[in-house]
Amino acid sequence: MTVGLTQYLIVAALLFTIGVFGIFINRKNVIIILMSIELILLSVNINFVAFSVFLGDLTGQVFALFVLTVAAAEAAIGLAILVVYFRNRGTIAVDQINMMKG
Amino acid sequence: MLQTIAFYVFAAVIIFSALMVISSRNPVHSVLFLILAFLNAAALFILLGAEFLAWILVVVYVGAVAVLFLFVVMMLDIDFAQLRAGFMQYLPIGAIIGLVIVTELILAYLGWTTATPLGPPTATTPGVSNTEALGRVLYTDYIFYFQTAGLILLVAMIGAIVLTLRHRVGVKRQSIARQVSRVPAESIEMLEVKPGQGVS
Repeated sequence: MTVGLTQYLIVAALLFTIGVFGIFINRKNVIIILMSIELILLSVNINFVAFSVFLGDLTGQVFALFVLTVAAAEAAIGLAILVVYFRNRGTIAVDQINMMKG
Repeated sequence: MLQTIAFYVFAAVIIFSALMVISSRNPVHSVLFLILAFLNAAALFILLGAEFLAWILVVVYVGAVAVLFLFVVMMLDIDFAQLRAGFMQYLPIGAIIGLVIVTELILAYLGWTTATPLGPPTATTPGVSNTEALGRVLYTDYIFYFQTAGLILLVAMIGAIVLTLRHRVGVKRQSIARQVSRVPAESIEMLEVKPGQGVS
């Protein structure tokens, strides 16, 4: 029983699903939501690298590198927004962000 | 055989720690399980032969992003028990949607073939290490994308600084220019102090 592409894809699919599930069950806690987004991006990276390796094409790994860059930038900006929001409101419950009534 | 066992161990730890990330009561535990998930994903990348990405994952995620999360979780004084109030309420709908997504994805993977036949896993051309091969592609064909990635990081850095910087009023600050430009004429005043009166 050898490990093929399908096994890696199934691991990535499970990880993606757990990330989406985490966003649903932690509707209020924005820190956990950000961590769930990181999990989703990690599953995407696993897909990219698995395809890159099994198809023998380095482009997938290059793209995974860019995904990593954007994920790091997103985490930094998201946490900065979170800190500013906490400073202004004293809570991080995201179901109460409706001040602008947009 | 050893690789197969290693794959299943790492995959199981990833799934377990991802579940703990989203269900843990304490957000600090969530961050630590996130670190565990990233470390095991790096191990999967090494099994695949993508060493450079594996170490970048460890450096960027475990070294930077996860520590950032840890700082923010520990810095903010939050009542996390109150934030978990609706946890059970959203569980059924979340479970249904998760089940639908995972069923769709696995069905898609099982009945699916690639146009080019899948070879054995080859991370790179023979004789060249993975890092070198990646560098050859990244700095030639994808140089503009690489520069754009750098620009994105710069914008993110400036954005994070601008967002979190605040000027508090009523705080004494050092003004080096004023200190340097002081002259004795405006700093020292000669007073003739009369006895019994003092200086007002």
